[in-house]
Order: sequence, then C-alpha cells, then structure tokens
Amino acid sequence: MKRELVIIGGGPAGLAAAVEAHNNGINDILILERDKNLGGILQQCIHNGFGLHIFGEQLTGPEYSERFIKKVNELNIEYMLDTMVLNIDSSRKITALTPKTGVFEIEAGAVVLAMGCRERTRGALNIPGSRPSGILTAGAAQRFVNMEGYMVGKKVVILGSGDIGLIMARRMTLEGAEVKMVLEIMPYSTGLKRNIAQCLVDYDIPLYFNHTVVNIHGKNRLEGVTVAEVDEYRKPIAGTEKYVECDTLLLSVGLIPENELSKGAGIEISGITSGPVVDESMQTSVEGIFACGNVVHVHDLVDFVTQESYLAGKGAAKFIKGELSKSKKVISTLGENGIRYVVPQKINPDNVDDSVNFFMRVDNVYKNVFIEVLSEGKTVLKVKRPVVSPGEMENIKIKREILENINFNKLIFSLKEA
Amino acid sequence: MYDVIIIGSGVIGAAVARELSKYDLKVAVLEKSSDAANGGSTKANSGIVHAGYDAKEGSLKAKLNVLGNKMYDELCSQMDVKFKRNGSLVIAFDDEEVKEVKKLYERGIKNGVEGLEIWDRERILKEEPNINKTVISALYAPTAGIVSPFEFAIALSEVANSNGVEFKFNTCVKNIYKENDIFVIETNNGIYNSKFIVNAAGIHSDEINDMLHGEKFKILPRRGEYCLYDKVCGDLVNMTIFQTPTEKGKGILVSPTIHGNMFVGPNAVDIDEREDVSTTQDGLDEVLQGAKKSVSSISSRNIITSFTGIRSRTDKDDFIINVPERGAVNAAGIESPGLSSSPAIAVMVLQLLKKEGLSLVKNNNFNPYRKNTKLFLEMNEEEREAALKTNPSYGRIICRCESITEGDIINAIKRPIGAKTIDGVKKRVRAGMGRCQGGFCMPRVLDILSRELGIPKEAVEKSDVGSFILTGKTK
Repeated sequence: MKRELVIIGGGPAGLAAAVEAHNNGINDILILERDKNLGGILQQCIHNGFGLHIFGEQLTGPEYSERFIKKVNELNIEYMLDTMVLNIDSSRKITALTPKTGVFEIEAGAVVLAMGCRERTRGALNIPGSRPSGILTAGAAQRFVNMEGYMVGKKVVILGSGDIGLIMARRMTLEGAEVKMVLEIMPYSTGLKRNIAQCLVDYDIPLYFNHTVVNIHGKNRLEGVTVAEVDEYRKPIAGTEKYVECDTLLLSVGLIPENELSKGAGIEISGITSGPVVDESMQTSVEGIFACGNVVHVHDLVDFVTQESYLAGKGAAKFIKGELSKSKKVISTLGENGIRYVVPQKINPDNVDDSVNFFMRVDNVYKNVFIEVLSEGKTVLKVKRPVVSPGEMENIKIKREILENINFNKLIFSLKEA
Repeated sequence: MYDVIIIGSGVIGAAVARELSKYDLKVAVLEKSSDAANGGSTKANSGIVHAGYDAKEGSLKAKLNVLGNKMYDELCSQMDVKFKRNGSLVIAFDDEEVKEVKKLYERGIKNGVEGLEIWDRERILKEEPNINKTVISALYAPTAGIVSPFEFAIALSEVANSNGVEFKFNTCVKNIYKENDIFVIETNNGIYNSKFIVNAAGIHSDEINDMLHGEKFKILPRRGEYCLYDKVCGDLVNMTIFQTPTEKGKGILVSPTIHGNMFVGPNAVDIDEREDVSTTQDGLDEVLQGAKKSVSSISSRNIITSFTGIRSRTDKDDFIINVPERGAVNAAGIESPGLSSSPAIAVMVLQLLKKEGLSLVKNNNFNPYRKNTKLFLEMNEEEREAALKTNPSYGRIICRCESITEGDIINAIKRPIGAKTIDGVKKRVRAGMGRCQGGFCMPRVLDILSRELGIPKEAVEKSDVGSFILTGKTK
C-alpha cells in the first residue's frame, strides 16, 4: 500500500506528530503501534506530574496520553495496533508484521520515527555475580505492578537514581515492600529533583551517591547484593563492601534510544545522544524521514516530547506538500565546555517559524552559571542558571531573526561561570 | 521397569538418549534441573565444534572429537539445528608459539583432522583483518564449526523424546543399589528400577560413579567466564580465533556465535563449589584483557551479558568412558572437546551397553527428523501464510531484539519436552537473548507461559525451582 505519512510508534511522540501533521493539512496518516493500545510507556506511568507545561495542570500518564488519543480519534487518524515494523529503507519503504495479515509493505511519502527508548540492563553494566531471578529493570517492574497487578518482591534495592527507579521506590513502598536503599554511582542523581523529594525523602528511603552493586548473590532467587563505594573514576573502593539482604534488585541505570530501525534506513546517529541527528524540522539525515521524542534523545518531561513531536509532524507535513526549504544555509550546533549535546544539531533558518527551542544536557552539576550561545566567538545569547544538572534537560529559545543574522555556520553552546 | 536409565540431560545424556531411541527399549532420562541442557557444562560453554588437533594422539578425546565432528552435518540437518563450519585459527605471536602451532598441526594430522594448513601473517590478515598485526603465523582448521550447545542438546532430547524416551526433570538421584541384578535408583521424586544405567551426570559424574562403585575419580570443577556482545559486533571475526594453548587449556577465544553475536572467553579458574556459576569482576577483566591479545579493538562496549560455565574436569587426563559396575556405563569427565565429541561418545556408550548385555532390537519407527522447527520470520511466504492460518499469533512480535513471535513461543512451549520456564523459552527460541536481555519481552513471555501451561503467573519461574519472578498480587 501507499500512504502519505506513516508514523512508527503510538506513544506520546507519535500521537502528537500525527495530530500536528493533520493540523497542517495531511489527511492520509497511518500510525503503526506494536502494543495492543495507543499511549506507549505512559500507560504504565500512573503517577502524576505530566502536562504542567503543555496543559498547565498535573495529569497522570494515561490521562496525558488519553488527551492525544481522543484527538487522534476525533480527527479520524488511522492506526494499526499489534503491528511491529521490521524494517525501513532509505526510500521510505516500510516492512511490518501484524497478526491479521502477516508481513506487509507500505510505501510512505514521509515517515516519522517515534519508537521511544529502552532501558539499560544488568548485562550492559556487566555486574558480576550469579544470575538468579529477582533482577529487573525498573520499567519491567513498573509494568508488572501497574499494568498487571503483581508484585515483584519484598525487600528491594534499587540501582540507579533515574526517574523510573525513583518512582518505583515509592510505588513498591506503597505496595508494602521494604525499599532498603537507592544506589547512585555518580555523585549526583540523574533523576528529577522533585522525584527525589516526593519518592525518596518523603518515605525515608536513603539515597547513596558514589555507590554501586559489585556482586549479586543467590542461586535461584536473589538473596542479596554486595554494595560498595566508588572512587572518582567510578571504581569500587576496596574495604567499603557491604552485604545487603534483598530479594529484588531494580535497575534504573539509563535509557537508550531505540534506533535499530533508523540504522537500517542508513540514518546518521549521534554518538552522544544515540539518536538520529536532526534539523529544526526534526528531519533526519535521510530525506523525508523525521524523528521525535525519546528516539532522538532521552527526555525527562513528556511535555518537551510533545513540543518536539509537533515540530516533526509539521515538518513532515511541509515535506509532503513540498514546502520544506532546501536552501544551502545550514547552521550546525555544538555543545562545549560542560554541555554534552544540543538538539537539533542542524538549523535551516528558512524553515523556522518564530524561534527554535534548543534542548541540551550538561555533563555535571554546576552552580551559578551562564549558558552562553556563541557564533564566531561572539555572544549571541546568554542565560543565567542558578544550578544545572545532568538529570534536568535545559532548553533555550532563539528567535528566527537572530538565527538569520548568523553568518558563521556554527552555533556553540557553552557553560560559563557567572 | 526401564531397560536403560540415563542420569543427566546435558548434551551427553541427550546424545545417548537419541542413540538409544533407535532401538526398542524403555528408556528414561533423570535430570535434577528443571529442563534439558539447563545445568552444568552444556548450558554455558563456547559452542565450538572443534576440529580435533588439540588432544594427544591415541586419547579418547582425540579419537571421539574427530569422529564426533564429522557427525555434525547430518545430525544438524536432520534436526534443523543451525551449524556452520566457520573454521578456526590458532594464532601465534612469538617463536615459542609458532613452535606450538607447528606441534598442533602435526598432532592434528596424526589425529586424522582434514584440511589443516599453516598460514603466514599476510594470509591471516587477509582473512581476518581485525586480528592484531603482530601475529606471525596460525594453524587453520576448516572443519571447526559453531553451534548453540543448548539448541543442539535440546534438539537431541526432543528427537529422543519423540521416539519414546521419557524425561524426568526436577529428579535428583540420591542413591543407587542393586536388587536381583536390577538397579534401584532412589531420587527425590520416587524410586526407579532399571536393568542398565548410563552416568552422564557431568559435574556430578564422580558422585554417581561412587554410587556405582566404579574406580575412583574426582571432578575438579573449573570455571570459565564469557562476555557476549551485541550483533553489531558480529562481523569482528569470521572464524573462531584461539590463542596458542597453555597447560590450563585452550585459552581465551574470540568467535562469532551461530546467531551472529560475538563472544570472548573463557578464562580458567579452579573452584571449590561445583554449582557456582557466578561471574567475578577479576574474571571478566581477565577475559577482556585476554581477548585483546588477539583483537585489540575489543572493549567492554556493546557487551549484552556475561556468564560462567563449569568444566567437568577430573583428576584424569582423558574422558572417562568405562564400566564402573556390571550393567552400568560412565560417560564422565566430559570437558572440552565434549560437545564436539558428544555424538561419537553416544555411539561408544551404546557399544559398551551392548557388551554389558543390552539387546538392541531396531525400532523401525525411529524418526530422526524434527518437525515444525522454523521461526516465523525464517519461513517462506507459503509457510508463513499456513502458520498464520493455524495461529494468528505468529504475526505478533514478542521479543523485538531477536524478532520472535508469540506463535514461535507457543511452539517452543508445546513441542516435545517443551519450555516450562522463562529460560526454557529463551534457550529454545531466543526470546530474551538479545540486546535488551528480556527487559521488554520477559513480562510478556511470563504471560504466555502462564496461559499456555495453565498455571498462575506467580508459579512461572525463570529456571529452576525457587526462581519465581512474582511474589503475589498488589494490594
């Protein structure tokens, strides 16, 4: 079959992109979703805190996604559930699998990639020890507890202070489990401040920085872990090992954008974000393939995913209508001096409506700094921040006029002491 | 009353079971673990079908390795098990090692290994450009191959089972004695009587040998740690790359797996506790450092999991294949090249059983083939259509990393000696074996197991008894 726009993934990113593409005049849209319902990972995030930026109120994950599902239904945007995309090629031919029809192909006028991300596992960390049951990613545990109504353990240690781990510390406590501690190998948390306050401090769950798990014990079910303090190079310090009895180890040690399909299409992937390199319209290095949300870079707030996905939906619509400028002026963005990355990585000012919202992450905790935007050594913009941290994504808006007046083809984002 | 009872359902027990299923016999396999190929050495080893130049000429290891290696093509094609003769290299970096490689070449010729060649640096780097440039020479063995050890062992067990052999899992042998020339085997799961016994108990084969009053030997368990890499690294080497062996074994190898991953290992650490399959930081560091000697670009990046295997090493040099007591046969101390030798070991065990008086009447219905083994995405269009018609769930991907469908998983559960655990599914159809290590599919596989086996979700286990995943319902 042939479709104008195919969106891969029916989570918050895919839904927002679909709605916005429709708002921009595209009617022939198909969303492909591998799960049995739309909404993506938000369906298992039953806590609140979603939507403050977009809707000005606090919603739960399912409430947030429901608003977009409703719109998709109102606009009669077509979607296929229980459908897994197996391959995309650079000419935007999509191969997918679904129980009703088996393997099928779609030629798409444009594609939006919205596959989200996956959790890092024990294997990726290479934690030594035995291999019993009772070791799960925090997200898998969240699915069991929130979606299926089953508990995964009674005495819990959580490795990593990512947001899902923090949320699960509270959730497991509310379900009667004893959460003994949260261990973070870095000297700072990668989770949101508000989650540390609301999920750990409020429940007297200790958070140990510079600590990790160095051994896993138990033959069949987990019986305990050895934890240790680490030095500045994140190597365990001999003599600090301590045995902690537990039957469950939850891992919240990072998320990885899910880009196997993107790589198959030959899309350029950033070594830092692990997601596609994108431009101001969220177009990837392959023409007509756009990307948004956690597949591009891992977000901590869904509101920003939505913003980014509106851009992708609009960009795809413009591409289909032949309205996307291909002018030669392209500005590359670059993070420096404490800024790990900046998204989007490329800007064509002709395609910018009013302004570009640049997203970035810092590599450490810094207090009293400026985020400085420089071109040809000159300051374009300077914003003061009392504190920046790797756990909280920063964003800076730059107006189209400013971008148009940049002669140099590089825009550098850098931290400077205030 | 059984004609033959096999103790242990690793690759040796499975190969013997399949061999015995060619005859009209009542046979059972007793296994203390919850599944076939689920304990000891078969569960975790290099998965290499060795060419046969390593072992001393005249030894059982040498003879059975070369014989066993030759049997793999037919066996794997009959059972539809993936097997590839990818070839192996033993690489030498200094004069001492060059001498050793020459010795292996000569030994290989004496052992009857075909096609051996000594390669120079230029040839090595032409075929394997990622090997360190300081390499001097190598022994090339075209007959070496790769296979998944547990897929191979499970397939052997399946064929045996389809041809009448019973499998008793979670059944641990406690004691054996003879009553009126019949073996009485006491287990945690009741008493079994049998006319003949095969001891294929792997890392516990010395304990069974003691129960059979055989000439004493002792298992000296030796751990080997491995790191498995993402398929993005699958092309790093084409052949299995060995270093020059030392007295501690064949050293750390770098090899592709039959499913397109790459792995490195094993080290060799003597341990006291024979069931201890934990990995250690020192061990994993040693394996990575060792692998760098062959391919310096190897790092910890892209590792998807690490694991430990236990070698059934004994205080004897060779395999122990003998008669400990009338009517019983040991296939014990089967360390490397045990996987490679397993089909030939089975034939030898049968000869010994025959000598002990087992009468072998051909089972005319013996069927060496396995049916319905293909994964959905490996099928052609016609097969896919037929599969979807019988079960639409073939169109639903459950494990996205390895592209395994729900239909594939149901098939793995419903097959002869089907999967009953999360690991059982993983070993049969690779769901959970990929880069996310079950992070995505494990809860879904658990659901499918619970539904298909008709057991509560809380009763679904990862592997052995006690490895439950869920502890109860939420409030």
